[in-house]
Amino acid sequence: MTTIQERVTTTAPVVTRKKRDWSVAVRVIVLLIASVFVLGPVLWTLSTSLRPPSESFQLPPAFLPLNPDLTSYEQVFKQLNIVALVVNSALVTGLIAVGQMLTAALAGYAFAHLKFRGRGALFSIVLATMMVPAQVTIVPVFMLIRGVGLSDTLLALIIPAIPTAFGTFLMRQYFMGLPGELAEAAAIDGASPWRTFRSVYAPLAMPGLAIVGILAFNFHWNEFFRPLIMTISEQNFTLPLGLVSLQGNLGTGSISVVLAGVVLSMIPALVVFMFGQRALQDGLTAGTGK
Amino acid sequence: MSTATSTPTGTGSEPGRRQAAHKNGQGSTRRRVQQRWLPWAFLAPTIAGMGIFTLLPIVASIALAFFRWDIISAPTFVGFDNFAEVVQDPTVRVSFLNTIVFVVVAVALQLGLALGLAIMVQEKLPAWLRVFFRSAFFFPLILSAASVSIFMRYLFNEQFGVVNWMLSIVGIPAVPWLTTPGGSAAVVILVYVWQNFGFSFLLFIGGLASIPVETYEAASIDGATGWRKHWFVTLPLLSPTTLVASVMAIINALQVFDQPYVLTRGGPGDSTRTAVMVIFESAFQRLEFGQASAIGVILTLIIMAITAAQFRLSKRFVFYQ
Repeated sequence: MTTIQERVTTTAPVVTRKKRDWSVAVRVIVLLIASVFVLGPVLWTLSTSLRPPSESFQLPPAFLPLNPDLTSYEQVFKQLNIVALVVNSALVTGLIAVGQMLTAALAGYAFAHLKFRGRGALFSIVLATMMVPAQVTIVPVFMLIRGVGLSDTLLALIIPAIPTAFGTFLMRQYFMGLPGELAEAAAIDGASPWRTFRSVYAPLAMPGLAIVGILAFNFHWNEFFRPLIMTISEQNFTLPLGLVSLQGNLGTGSISVVLAGVVLSMIPALVVFMFGQRALQDGLTAGTGK
Repeated sequence: MSTATSTPTGTGSEPGRRQAAHKNGQGSTRRRVQQRWLPWAFLAPTIAGMGIFTLLPIVASIALAFFRWDIISAPTFVGFDNFAEVVQDPTVRVSFLNTIVFVVVAVALQLGLALGLAIMVQEKLPAWLRVFFRSAFFFPLILSAASVSIFMRYLFNEQFGVVNWMLSIVGIPAVPWLTTPGGSAAVVILVYVWQNFGFSFLLFIGGLASIPVETYEAASIDGATGWRKHWFVTLPLLSPTTLVASVMAIINALQVFDQPYVLTRGGPGDSTRTAVMVIFESAFQRLEFGQASAIGVILTLIIMAITAAQFRLSKRFVFYQ
């Protein structure tokens, strides 16, 4: 009788009596096919954007951009005010990320290390707000923004997105991992509570803050629903909105131009993916009892 | 600014605190007052922001559902009329039905794919390959759903799209993806699952990593191999992760908007219109803010009910170690 044939994780040394190499090979092939289906569309997008517009619908498709042709990228700058879109997206995303990091750090610290009445109840309320879908609150938020005269501005996108339940939760978890003795030591040295936070805890919480910032960046850079509602004039569009309207304007015309815009919009996300993938994965799965 | 914080014990007993205050030549009341409002200063931005942009809108949304309001003229109280109209509106009904079908199919596909791939990645594999597959499956999550839908629309083009070209290789005639109700629904589901299965995949990877190796060794000694091992060991031990993954997948799928909006605008006909799309359309295109709120309230209730039901079911089926 054959017994132990496969190891399940890499870490533990399990004796493999009979190596079943073919089963590994089958798995690798299946996984490779899955990867082709996942990455293929993105490669096709990149490749098509780098080819002359006339070759956009060439079949069989080319997945490797062998002779890069940049006319589509020139066209994006001509047909679309892409500089303004990038500036808008960067402003909105950057200010939301910074705002979330600041407010979440403060609130997370208070929930973790400061004592006050109703702390538990208040934290439960903060957690509960995470369950309310944004689409349900969007109508009153829109009216509020309109009421204070901020409709069709970038601030209409930025301000409502700054208070973050998830970021507060993450930062509370992070601060709870730092010992309370630090505050006591700082107090003995004569530091005020604010200084204790500013000079002792906040610097130690930078990795947690980075996760909050990266998550905010990834979410709001790609956001479509709120900008679609909150902005009206094209000068206030963010990238996803501008690209969708470009596709609408062109119909099925210059595909490569639209795709060039899509590729340009992916660059910041790609940078985050390369340098902050771990933080992003940790943040996305935080609080799921992983 | 007060410097009277040098209590020996941090939180400080009353005598200790008074002593310290004396040393710094300040009254203890001031410090106590500061102690009391300090946490609220830290919390103020978040609490005020959430109050204004989440809690108030929730209350306003529920209230608004009982009014007729086009934002221009004064709102009029209509009781449950909005709910009655919404429930009878054929477009709304079709959209909710579409959403339910979408959720069932997309979530089943997403979880199945994610679980299968996670098991394959977690088993014996060279480390660099594991890193590559993890990154590859995670990658679509960093893209914007709008951008993804833009390029997928070209890939699913009936005459020139790559998808139909691939199908033609295996002898399947061109599928009218975006021009028929069934085809459009399939595209929305496929594009959504393509982008989102990586999230469930990550959760399953985490869950699988927490299953102790000894369990598999014991199972092997008892003679369990291959799929039996996964059926009798992996699935029960993974059930807490499966619960979390399915709750999150269902809640997210119920709110689908970007993909159908960019891919099909809800068409042809109403075939890919979703619940959130009708909220968007009745509020911002037809200016029926009361009706939009009523639909939103119904959607929220459905989400809450499903979440509660899943956690109740979990008490019976989820196996905690």
